[in-house]
Amino acid sequence: MAKEMFTGAQIFLKSLEAQGVTEIFGYPGGVILNIYEALYNQDKIKHYLVRHEQAAIHAAEGYARVSGRPGVALVTSGPGATNTVTGIANAYYDGYPLVVFTGQVSTEQIGNDAFQEADIIGITRSCCKHNYLVKDVKDLARVIREAFYIATTGKPGPVVIDMPKDILVAKAPFEYPKEVKLAGYNPTYKGHPLQISKALKLIREAQRPVIISGGGVLQAGASYELTKLAQLLEIPVAHTLMGKGTYPESSSQSLGMLGMHGNYWANYAVVHADVIIAVGTRFNDRITGCLKRFARDSQVIHIDIDPCSISKNVKVDIPIVGDAKNVLKAMIEELTSKPIVIDHTVKEKWLNQIDEWKKKRAIPECPSDKLSAVKVIKTIYEYTKPFHPIVTTEVGQHQMWCAQFFKFDEPRHFITSGGLGTMGFGFPAAIGAAIANKNSLVLNIAGDGSIQMNIQELATCMDYGLKVVNCVINNGYLGMVRQWQEKLFNEHYSQTKISSPDFVKLAEAYGAKGIRVEKEQDIVPALKEAMESNCSVFIDFVVESFEMVYPWVLAGQPLNKVLLSNDQKVC
Amino acid sequence: MSTLHTLSILVTNEAGVLSRVVDLFSGRGYNIESLTVAPTIDRNYSRITITTVATSEAIEQICKQLHRLIPVLKVSDLSVNEAIEREIVMVKIQVKDEDADKILRIAEVTGAKVIDITDKNYTLRMVADEKQIQALIELIKPYGYKDFVRSGKVAIARG
Ligand SMILES: Cc1ncc(C[n+]2csc(CCOP(=O)(O)OP(=O)(O)O)c2C)c(N)n1
Ligand SMILES: [Mg+2]
Repeated sequence: MAKEMFTGAQIFLKSLEAQGVTEIFGYPGGVILNIYEALYNQDKIKHYLVRHEQAAIHAAEGYARVSGRPGVALVTSGPGATNTVTGIANAYYDGYPLVVFTGQVSTEQIGNDAFQEADIIGITRSCCKHNYLVKDVKDLARVIREAFYIATTGKPGPVVIDMPKDILVAKAPFEYPKEVKLAGYNPTYKGHPLQISKALKLIREAQRPVIISGGGVLQAGASYELTKLAQLLEIPVAHTLMGKGTYPESSSQSLGMLGMHGNYWANYAVVHADVIIAVGTRFNDRITGCLKRFARDSQVIHIDIDPCSISKNVKVDIPIVGDAKNVLKAMIEELTSKPIVIDHTVKEKWLNQIDEWKKKRAIPECPSDKLSAVKVIKTIYEYTKPFHPIVTTEVGQHQMWCAQFFKFDEPRHFITSGGLGTMGFGFPAAIGAAIANKNSLVLNIAGDGSIQMNIQELATCMDYGLKVVNCVINNGYLGMVRQWQEKLFNEHYSQTKISSPDFVKLAEAYGAKGIRVEKEQDIVPALKEAMESNCSVFIDFVVESFEMVYPWVLAGQPLNKVLLSNDQKVC
Repeated sequence: MSTLHTLSILVTNEAGVLSRVVDLFSGRGYNIESLTVAPTIDRNYSRITITTVATSEAIEQICKQLHRLIPVLKVSDLSVNEAIEREIVMVKIQVKDEDADKILRIAEVTGAKVIDITDKNYTLRMVADEKQIQALIELIKPYGYKDFVRSGKVAIARG
């Protein structure tokens, strides 16, 4: 009997179904009309229509970050495809799984500069984990299967599938491969036992150990193991921006965030440690400061699934390539097979020293009696804490204040663009988060500059009845850049003063709720009103323009050159 | 310290793989000295041989990055001592009558083969390693050459 034949568009949908995909983000156009036709006739996969393709990708990433499942996006050729590039790069740097489908002109037109042709394979080559141009409809199901496999295994990342128009019309039988065989792709999951033993020996002998917990811990679902290891050995834990929530911040052993705007004591602990145990971090310059001076006197154990991360920036003494969960589990097993002896006098000396450093903290200063951004962010945190919100941020001062003042005891609740630092990420990511977790309160803490980069997505929220509470920290400036200009460019605020629309009216124009807050006593009532609203909200917090983010390690300085206030001179 | 490295890269034989590999070098600011590509006996795979000047730390990073590419199966750094390396050069020399014998002598001594002779030009071909090629270049310099092409290296591990 002849096998039943399906068009490429149908195979696309059947593959997504087989893959368990239920929600996708997208924007239609000429060459992918066949897919939109196929979508029209089914109800298994829900398509969310955004207002800009960049937002579709960020939303898919927000969805992936909250759910742990890959985010899926669908866009047309040419401008639809090129609009996705920032989103793809963002997911690549922070290592979140996406499968992005782009339309392409017909196979025979490729290379002819046809209408809306863009070489998206060439364009995204350096900012995605892998990409495919599908040249035969018979390959489509296999390619989709491989793409999901590659996106979600090893160090996760985005995979792009470019589908020429004729492929979507051509027919083939449908068979979704059960297994993926890729000779050149075999991520290492199990850590090398010898390396693990070596690491444990070093850790046992350490007098001043510190753990650095990064985003890889979240990805591997290894928070439990990391916490257990840290507590068994009484090792303090600092986290990176991406590692927020991987170790409970309410624990007394948590040092909080390290790095450029990290805690004074976290940076000091890392600088003075004799053994650094780094898990799932790629030692970005924002956490190492001046590389030459980083970990000069310490031994570094580095656990990471991506061999490329090891000894790329920081020279590592004991590398362990593997999945953080597996490696940490193996470490705990080996550790608990023998009695654990902790020399408490040595331990206490170290912990006391850290407590001593903890006395040094930045005291937030608001230079006028205008509403303080720090006060607003702290109040939002305190007020919303009982709701266990998912918090997304944009990029800038407000992002760093959120990282400093919001505390999380569990992963996948703090969603921010780390590696690429993409303004405009937070709002669409919040939309993806709201779709992935329909019961949670979703807050996007935004800057007035950043929010204007994808503000059009309020329409998406309204269409689908999604509630995102946007808290705009409206300081009238591209604040983080202004901060650098204040300190390093003689207060020459070149092109950083930025105007905004009336956010209250704007929200109302979209049919959403708008609230303005100018006084401290209005913060809580506004939040209360926002919680009670059943649609998306914009709260316009009109705040002081000249607040600064401290602690601050200037770019290129060693980690322990921490500025705590404006009075400290740059040396 | 930067030194010359020869990387032998086994890849799946499919469109776009070469540009993935080459992009990786240009993206990190490394210059490729020479490059050859050809299918292996099993035509599903190709062998890319790249020579590049870099520090050993950089090479380690490049190798890891190459490994990260999905179509890359194997990367070996064939440092000069462990590998046999060969390259083909062809050189076209405009030969005056009085020099003809000398050119033929050079060919004989260097092991180059005369593969084309016309009234005006001799073309020599040599399969050799870097040193021998340099020697040939020195020898023919005084006579002036019209054209000089090199294939780029291929390499194989010793033993
Ligand atoms: C797309 C993009 N463009 C430029 C930058 C550079 N940049 C980093 S922070 C920042 C200012 C952000 O301003 P705002 O959103 O108002 O936040 P604030 O710092 O004022 O809290 C800029 C322009 C960036 N990170 N992303
Ligand atoms: Mg601002």
